[in-house]
Amino acid sequence: MKPYLSIEKLTQKFPDGNGGELTVFENASFGVDKGEFVVILGHSGCGKSTIMNILAGLADPTSGGVIMDGQEVKGPSLDRGVVFQNYSLLPWLTTLKNVMFGVKARHPEWTKSQVEEHATKFLAMVGLEGDVIHRKPSQLSGGMRQRVSIARAFANHPKLLLLDEPFGALDALTRGTIQDELLKIWGQMEQTVFMITHDIDEAILLADRILLMTNGPHARVAESVDITIPRPRNRTEIIEHPNYYAIRNHLVQFLGKRSKELAGQPTQAGQTNAPATVRIDLTEPAEDPEDKRPALKAVNS
Amino acid sequence: MEKLSLNQRAAILSVVMLFVGLLAWEAAIPAQKAVKELTEYELLTGAGQPKAGVPPPSQVLAKAWEQLSNPFYDAGPNDKGIGIQIGYSIYRVLTGYFLAAFIAIPFGFLIGMSQVAYKSFNPFIQVLRPISPLAWMPLALFIIGDSEASAIFVIFICSIWPMLINTAFGVAAVREDWVNVARTHELGPIKTAFAVILPAAAPTIVTGMRISIGIAWLVIVAAEMLVGGTGIGYYVWNEWNNLDLTSVVFSILMIGVVGMLLDALFGLLQRRVTYAE
Ligand SMILES: Nc1ncnc2c1ncn2[C@@H]1O[C@H](COP(=O)(O)OP(=O)(O)OP(=O)(O)O)[C@@H](O)[C@H]1O
Ligand SMILES: [Mg+2]
Repeated sequence: MKPYLSIEKLTQKFPDGNGGELTVFENASFGVDKGEFVVILGHSGCGKSTIMNILAGLADPTSGGVIMDGQEVKGPSLDRGVVFQNYSLLPWLTTLKNVMFGVKARHPEWTKSQVEEHATKFLAMVGLEGDVIHRKPSQLSGGMRQRVSIARAFANHPKLLLLDEPFGALDALTRGTIQDELLKIWGQMEQTVFMITHDIDEAILLADRILLMTNGPHARVAESVDITIPRPRNRTEIIEHPNYYAIRNHLVQFLGKRSKELAGQPTQAGQTNAPATVRIDLTEPAEDPEDKRPALKAVNS
Repeated sequence: MEKLSLNQRAAILSVVMLFVGLLAWEAAIPAQKAVKELTEYELLTGAGQPKAGVPPPSQVLAKAWEQLSNPFYDAGPNDKGIGIQIGYSIYRVLTGYFLAAFIAIPFGFLIGMSQVAYKSFNPFIQVLRPISPLAWMPLALFIIGDSEASAIFVIFICSIWPMLINTAFGVAAVREDWVNVARTHELGPIKTAFAVILPAAAPTIVTGMRISIGIAWLVIVAAEMLVGGTGIGYYVWNEWNNLDLTSVVFSILMIGVVGMLLDALFGLLQRRVTYAE
């Protein structure tokens, strides 16, 4: 059976500016299960945002396709909420109106006060309350803008949440709070999350599975690393878990060395580049080769 | 002494400059007259009469007081109050201007949305735009016939270009990120146009509107000198023919004041729609 979200032989080429072609990635294929939290890690420029734009339906790949819930992704949809890398707030609207913009689109039948109440609630959730919400984005700090953008996406309860480095501009403290909120929302709703980050620790804390991309051009989704740490996770406690450093070392190794070694190999036509599954679990070394993920999910819900 | 703000200092300087300028002007006039009174020939031909000379500011002020205390009198075709004349001019400017806006803004919007349209219309716009609006006057008079409508047409044709070009440019330059926000929220084309593209392009559009109203006010004076009958342009010309330079100077000042007010109005609108990124 196909996974909930299925990325099939995705290829993206851009003109390279010298009359030639730049192949960002080729025949990338992977799946994401319903309710799964997947994080993608890779160096700058390998094509993460490009993949996300295709998942969002904002861009068409050169070839290949995306199937979500049995239907091909053809354009953008309210079912796929996006937090853009550059926040993409509308600068002529206040913070509150920016979030209301999204809520109104989702619930056209709601009254203005319902919309406002809902938007205010989600702004409060990301720590924006009081006068701040009547300010324009240009009067906010980078981290505050990012939080508005997060509130706008969360408030719409999309089935698939696409997050492009959503916490990049936040200080460690705020970042922690919003990571917790994200986990809470994700635990409550049956949401699937696909997130880009550069932060390895954040990835381990949040993800069920981490996809690792090699450097571009001709980038590949080379590995899919299961995070074998039970939920609920806590940022101070997970480092005590025996699997934590094993997984972390594997990721650091990949990004530091192997992402370069594996890079730049054009693939044969028709070949699918499905990532190799990597499962590191020091707690039960010998027995049980079965996938343990369902059991781990149960802890969370 | 407390320090004055920048604006206060500038205002004081403006007032000082005004007074110095007026005094210099006032002082310059009698000297001129004295020189003129010396030649007998000029006295005989009437050139030395105060009416034909450049008036001192005191005379202009007296004229302004007289005119502005009863701006709407109407004593026949060649003797109407300044208010009526300016009213005619404003009526023509606004009619031509809003006709232009009703065409230029929606049309510019459509052109801005499509690169093909933008590129294909551009050569025509570039050729038509630099034509002096008054050059259309003979053609307008011939085709339309009516001088009143021709004046309005000239205003229409001169104010359409900045609005058209700015609207198309503003719409074409809307950041793709913002359009993507509309797309991910499944907004239809009409809603996207009004909720995202219009506010995003509004500062550029209003700048075009502001340039247009400025040009329209410049052009109406010349147009009315040509078509005659009513309006501030005709008034200036008529007073020149009467050799009433005091009225000419007074009406020049009024043209400036009205132009400034029109511009200020659009300045207000501009401030409302401008946003910081
Ligand atoms: N519209 C475009 N035209 C041409 N090249 C593009 C375009 N968009 C992206 N690229 C190229 O595709 C590659 C991948 O870009 P992308 O934005 O997906 O990287 P990324 O992995 O998100 O990087 P980062 O971590 O820095 O955000 C880059 O080499 C970029 O130059
Ligand atoms: Mg990116």
